[in-house]
Amino acid sequence: MNAAANPIPVKIVVAGGFAVGKSTFVGAISDIDPLTTEAAMTKASEEVDDLGDATSKKSTTVAMDFGRVGLSSELVLYLFGTPGQDRFHFMWDELVRGAIGAVVLVDTGRLEACFPAVDYMEQAGVPFVVAINAFDGVLRHHPEDVREALDIPAHIPVVVTDARHKAAVRDTLVGLVRHAMSMARQPAVQ
Amino acid sequence: MTEPDNESFTTLRVRPYLLTGGRTRSSVDLPLEALVRTTESGNASAGQHGREQQQIISLCANPQSVAEISAHLKIHLQVARILLGDLVQEGHVATHTTAQPTERPDLQLLERVLDGLQSL
Repeated sequence: MNAAANPIPVKIVVAGGFAVGKSTFVGAISDIDPLTTEAAMTKASEEVDDLGDATSKKSTTVAMDFGRVGLSSELVLYLFGTPGQDRFHFMWDELVRGAIGAVVLVDTGRLEACFPAVDYMEQAGVPFVVAINAFDGVLRHHPEDVREALDIPAHIPVVVTDARHKAAVRDTLVGLVRHAMSMARQPAVQ
Repeated sequence: MTEPDNESFTTLRVRPYLLTGGRTRSSVDLPLEALVRTTESGNASAGQHGREQQQIISLCANPQSVAEISAHLKIHLQVARILLGDLVQEGHVATHTTAQPTERPDLQLLERVLDGLQSL
């Protein structure tokens, strides 16, 4: 087997509130039709130690959409959308583990929907950019107004994107990787 | 218990975990994005496996992530991990991740990602 047969996987998390365009964002750049993986809730699975117990319980599953982008013969990027609801935050720990960082998608009509994602990424020390999804190509709020409203620190990029368009999604990801690089160079700056 | 949205639903636990002999833990730590590839031993082992294991061996002729395997086989992530853990230990598949999959990628790897994205 040559090296090209064993590509290295990297991942980026796409977070934000429910129905903010995460799946659209992933689908715009993915090489494959986005797929869905399901996981049983961790808390429930920890309670189940044997099959006897298992037969008596029902479990809640959480679904995550994801896509795949071949960056070269040696590098594959996976984009994982976070489950939208707060009660699935347990899954985020796994999603951000080893990730390059996160794109937090924002709908300016519902700014508050992205608060949990912004809080989570800040506290977890995950490199992230805030991307305002201009749904119809019309930007209703200036990025700096959104920064102020969300209380985003000055070193974290706030950008405008369009989740429907590959070029806009790519530019957003480029912005995130550049930000992750600047954080890697200055690990003390969170 | 009925959930109001399409992001969750209820299901009986018994069937998926029958595939794993009731085990709910994988023997191998497999990140979502870890790539799995069938080995020559795996190719030679056709006919020795259950349906799901055989599907994994066929699917991973081209490297697939743990998440993709779970999605394509329509099995829970945790179940996929347990089946994959067995196949890794038996030498039928091999996995590839970054050198330290639990840490942030280093600058060198980020440079390569940046180059790759800019060439899209």
